[in-house]
Amino acid sequence: MPEATIGKQHTAVKWISIVMITALAVIPFGLYLAGNAFWLDIFTRLVILAIAACGLNLILGLGGLVSFGHAAYIGLGAYAVGIPVYHSTYGGMDAIASYNGFVHLGLAMAVCALFALVTGIISLRTRGVNFIMITMAFGQMMFYAIVSLETYGGDDGLTIDLRSEFPLITLDNPVTLYIVCYLSLLALVFLLHRISHSRFGLILQGAKFNEERMGAIGVNCYRYQLTAFVLSGLICGYAGFLLGNFTTFISPEMMDWTRSGEIMFMVILGGAAALWGPVIGAVIFIVLEFVLSEITIYWHLYFGLLLIFSVLFMRGGVSGALSRWFNSSRSSGTQRQA
Amino acid sequence: MEASILVIQLLNGLQLGILLFLLSAGLTLTFGIMDFVNLAHGALYMLGAFFCATLTIYTGSFLLAVAVAIPLTALAGYILERLVVQHLYHRDHLDHVLATFGLILCIDTLVHLIWGPEGIAIPLPEILNTQVEIFPGIVFPTFRLLIIGMGLTAAAGLYLLVNHTRVGMLIRAGASNRRMVGALGVDISTLFSGVFALGAALAGLAGMLIAPITEASIGMGSDIIITTFVVIIIGGIGSMKGAFLAALIIGLIDTFGRSFLDDIFKIFMSGEAAETAAPAVSAMLIYILMAVILAFRPQGLFPPLTR
Repeated sequence: MPEATIGKQHTAVKWISIVMITALAVIPFGLYLAGNAFWLDIFTRLVILAIAACGLNLILGLGGLVSFGHAAYIGLGAYAVGIPVYHSTYGGMDAIASYNGFVHLGLAMAVCALFALVTGIISLRTRGVNFIMITMAFGQMMFYAIVSLETYGGDDGLTIDLRSEFPLITLDNPVTLYIVCYLSLLALVFLLHRISHSRFGLILQGAKFNEERMGAIGVNCYRYQLTAFVLSGLICGYAGFLLGNFTTFISPEMMDWTRSGEIMFMVILGGAAALWGPVIGAVIFIVLEFVLSEITIYWHLYFGLLLIFSVLFMRGGVSGALSRWFNSSRSSGTQRQA
Repeated sequence: MEASILVIQLLNGLQLGILLFLLSAGLTLTFGIMDFVNLAHGALYMLGAFFCATLTIYTGSFLLAVAVAIPLTALAGYILERLVVQHLYHRDHLDHVLATFGLILCIDTLVHLIWGPEGIAIPLPEILNTQVEIFPGIVFPTFRLLIIGMGLTAAAGLYLLVNHTRVGMLIRAGASNRRMVGALGVDISTLFSGVFALGAALAGLAGMLIAPITEASIGMGSDIIITTFVVIIIGGIGSMKGAFLAALIIGLIDTFGRSFLDDIFKIFMSGEAAETAAPAVSAMLIYILMAVILAFRPQGLFPPLTR
């Protein structure tokens, strides 16, 4: 099964990388300069969700562990911006009340790491369906916890009055915000590329195919999977931190389990096996969501059909199809795809 | 006074537990026999509620509507199985989860298309819309008693079906080794469709029973499905007995948590702190319980003996 490892990438990946890096840099700014400032917003959301999808893919694609609760980390990251800002505006909770971006980011990382560690320790003792359902339940637990916090708006959500303050960088400027998100994504993809080639990444992939054999050669997979689980939660928490700063309005709805499903949809649609798969998936998801919701309010129907269709007929997602096409057009018959 | 509240909450918890059991029974069947994870189970619960709402409005009789809506929901389940689910049995769980998530999006939107975005309230017949005095001084809504009664009847019926009929024998055989059952000449495909439809009917029944209290609304399934998952995780995935006991445990703990936790907290913390902490903790209570149980028994309380 060659397409299942991120490590052994096809040459196609080089071209996909170049295309994606350029497209995500050129298109939004081109449209922005042409007067369509609106598209910059779409692309900012897109890049942030791509970061979250890449974070999920670390555990899903590389580790083969289907975590269905990753929206919780996005929510926690966003509330790590919202709650300190709320308290520095309205008083109370002096320990965390701050406008400082480093405080927000630090809080987001600390909370997400802790949540991922605690839930990871428990849920990684199980596999398969149990793991899916348990991560889902833990995610939903955070959802209900935030809903019940009336101070921060509960169900109605919370408006973030001021964005995180960093020295030299003003996130209030949409162009700056986009550049931050874009560079974060590039750094993350590079990081994931390095991880997938590292000892750590290889152990994760090995564990995905056969945990017993990995154990037999003396590797304690649990530790590596737990580390990957926490790292994956941190990345999604970072995406949440960016999302909070982007939307300036946060609500528990962003951590509902159906949101986790959407992020997973992005990963699978793009192709979990490929480095850029989640990013491609996020691009298709967001652009399609925008186009379809302009046409009809019943756009979820088409999304559902697309999801069912892609599961039934499109193994390896768009990037899987792309690399198959790329390989066959280069007439390299040696690599047969599953 | 305190005792009467306790009895009423006990009955409320029992009623929630019964509903959760009806939902988790279907999931347990589909998982136990087909090894299939069905996120769209909540969508069938919602469909049952909407079918029942429309039929009640047309026929004017709630009970007649339930009688017609149960086979209708089973039929919807059957169609889903034939169209989509059937093609997923040999795939891995990730594919199950994604495809059924897609089904949820489709069904939710179709319900939105047909019934509109608003929820539909189901009017109860006069005879059910009353209160009965179960103990001196303790009154309880008749309809909630009916839910408990119907739920227990369904549970008993399911028990008889699974343990004392030929179909039940096939179901049990399928759960322990479905390849062998196929090899012995049983039409596995029909059995699977039937089991899926049965699960759909049970979920639909739960939806019909709760709809007169809340209302039939889009998204009602997505909320309850996670609680159902917690039930079957705690019970041990694939175990019917585990699902039944865990459903009652969860129903009672959730209900008691929501009604009494703030009083318990007030014993050892200030009133204000208790007012803030209690709702958050009671909302997370069943998940905390799940975490604690899994920390000691990752396979759940009553894991199935076979497989």
